[in-house]
Amino acid sequence: MDNILLSVQDLKVYFIGNERVARALDGVSYEVSKGETVCLVGESGCGKTVSALTILRIIPQPPGKIMGGKVLFNGQNLLDLSKEEMQKIRGNHIAMVFQEPMTSLNPVFTVEDQIQEAITVHEMVDEREVHQRCIQLLKDVGIPSPEGRLKDYPHQLSGGQRQRVMIAMALACDPDLMIADEPTTALDVTIQAQILNLFQELQQKRQMSLLYITHDLGVVANIADRIYVMYAGIIVEQGDASNIFHNPCHPYTQGLLTSLPSRAKRGSKLHSIPGTVPDPAHKPGGCPFHPRCDFAIQACGTEFPRVCDYGEGHLSRCPVLYENKVPKVPKMT
Amino acid sequence: MLSFIGRSIIQKIITLFFVSVVSFLIIHLAPGKPSQVDPLNPKFTPEMVERFRKEFHLDKPLYIQYIYFYRNLFTGKTVSWKDNQSALKKIWERFLNSLPLFIVGTILTWTLSFPIGIRSAIFRGGFYDRSSTFFSYLLISIPGFFFAYILIIFVVNSFHVPVIGMETFGIGDPSWPRWLMDRVWHLLLPSVLGATGGIAILSRYVRSQMLEVESQDYVRTARAKGVPEEQVLYKHALRNALLPFVTMFGLILPGLIGGSVIIESIFSWPGMGRMAYEAILARDYPIILTVNFISAVLVLAGTFVSDVLYMVVDPRIRL
Repeated sequence: MDNILLSVQDLKVYFIGNERVARALDGVSYEVSKGETVCLVGESGCGKTVSALTILRIIPQPPGKIMGGKVLFNGQNLLDLSKEEMQKIRGNHIAMVFQEPMTSLNPVFTVEDQIQEAITVHEMVDEREVHQRCIQLLKDVGIPSPEGRLKDYPHQLSGGQRQRVMIAMALACDPDLMIADEPTTALDVTIQAQILNLFQELQQKRQMSLLYITHDLGVVANIADRIYVMYAGIIVEQGDASNIFHNPCHPYTQGLLTSLPSRAKRGSKLHSIPGTVPDPAHKPGGCPFHPRCDFAIQACGTEFPRVCDYGEGHLSRCPVLYENKVPKVPKMT
Repeated sequence: MLSFIGRSIIQKIITLFFVSVVSFLIIHLAPGKPSQVDPLNPKFTPEMVERFRKEFHLDKPLYIQYIYFYRNLFTGKTVSWKDNQSALKKIWERFLNSLPLFIVGTILTWTLSFPIGIRSAIFRGGFYDRSSTFFSYLLISIPGFFFAYILIIFVVNSFHVPVIGMETFGIGDPSWPRWLMDRVWHLLLPSVLGATGGIAILSRYVRSQMLEVESQDYVRTARAKGVPEEQVLYKHALRNALLPFVTMFGLILPGLIGGSVIIESIFSWPGMGRMAYEAILARDYPIILTVNFISAVLVLAGTFVSDVLYMVVDPRIRL
């Protein structure tokens, strides 16, 4: 397919410490087409952020180590590029917005310094034009009176504004792909909605692809074209947004959906998936989810689950549900 | 900003007053007496002791003595009890002797610690980092006087240059290049020695600061923007890592007057530290108190300078 912008294939990233190896990514594959919004969903610690950092190759090495796989961007394997070549991709073709707007901006440089830098490291532009572009970028991300804000330091801005500045920085070179790593988690709900709208608006206007990483299914429902559900370093289910939401075929996805507070009846106990995400250094054998799974049979503990195809690109790694044909769907209304 | 400076100066003057009172009391409370008024001193008859007591105002109550002393200090009339020389002049001479040691030592410390610390932070866990860690702890734990003797023996035996004192005794009137080299050799060891401890400690601080800053989110942001690695380290990380050292920079001011008693004693260097030490032994109150007062002023000035510097370099701080 020509339309594919980013293709992560069987990516393995381990964190090697003293006497323990944390298998953060254990063969993850996903694709982002041009102009598409793809959501990567999963609980904290399941490897979402690691996979994003690996795409940009800014995983701290050591202790991190890329053990295998490919990251194809426009058909080019980013993992084979030299440091200098990779630098030209970062920020220029692939940009990233981080989770913590409070700490992601450098406290000793002004907003203008930081946005300007994002432009000048990739393009030779004269100062006046850079200044104009900075103002335009801040306008694009909806910051009022951008001329005044340019001289501000990050601590003078609110959380939402800082995240807008981060987005402006990411947009500075008109990237083909924007990776957003839980960009709204640290913000309060009203700001969250504004930032989400901003992402959608920008994405449509600029025809860029968006890889949106989140644990919040409410957010996903709003923006995703396609969804990848991650658990303990593997993709457990993938498909179009409507398929995932209306016909989840992996017990973990089902668990996530039923855990949404908005789906619970008033007065009833909130549903939650028992247990926690396994320590990446001590993952259970077989299906990593089986200790927490209601449908687990004996084979789940020994056999790594194969991929089951439900058609329309809807894949799931749960043969038990597939063979029994009982998609125990928490019926949504 | 201006109101901060005004407020700060007033506060510092008040502090200075209390420091002057407390240090005056402590010196006078200390056991022992100035040798001139010690009744056990066989050199002086009771009548002479009585005359000295009058002369030094030691017969007056303490608060009167306090007023006399500081009046003399501010009018520049303080004299040493030991040799009746002007205290300020004596201190100034000694200060000029200590100054080259201080300057060379400080320059060595501050110019070497940063490259060493930054490099070990960047290549943490590598051979360079491990060996610099080893040598830092070695230099921190080795006693200064012991290390000094090893160095003296090494330099004297291998280069056949005398290193004790400020210049070779009895050198006479040599040609100026010889004079210069002689001075440099004498300056070299004590200032290197004075700097080693500082370098060892400061480079560790720099390393840990740099490591901490390197793991910050904004450093990752800079990398994600495509900023070249050197710029990430030397612009984004270093700029933040340096902030705490700005405070320390203000605090080296008091070092100007402190000198180093140990190093000056080992090298028979006629500097401030040794003079103050000898004044304490002789209970030469005017000298002790004058040195004390000047260093109090320098400490306060140092904190003031670092506050202002901090405000200049860290945009988050507005006082």
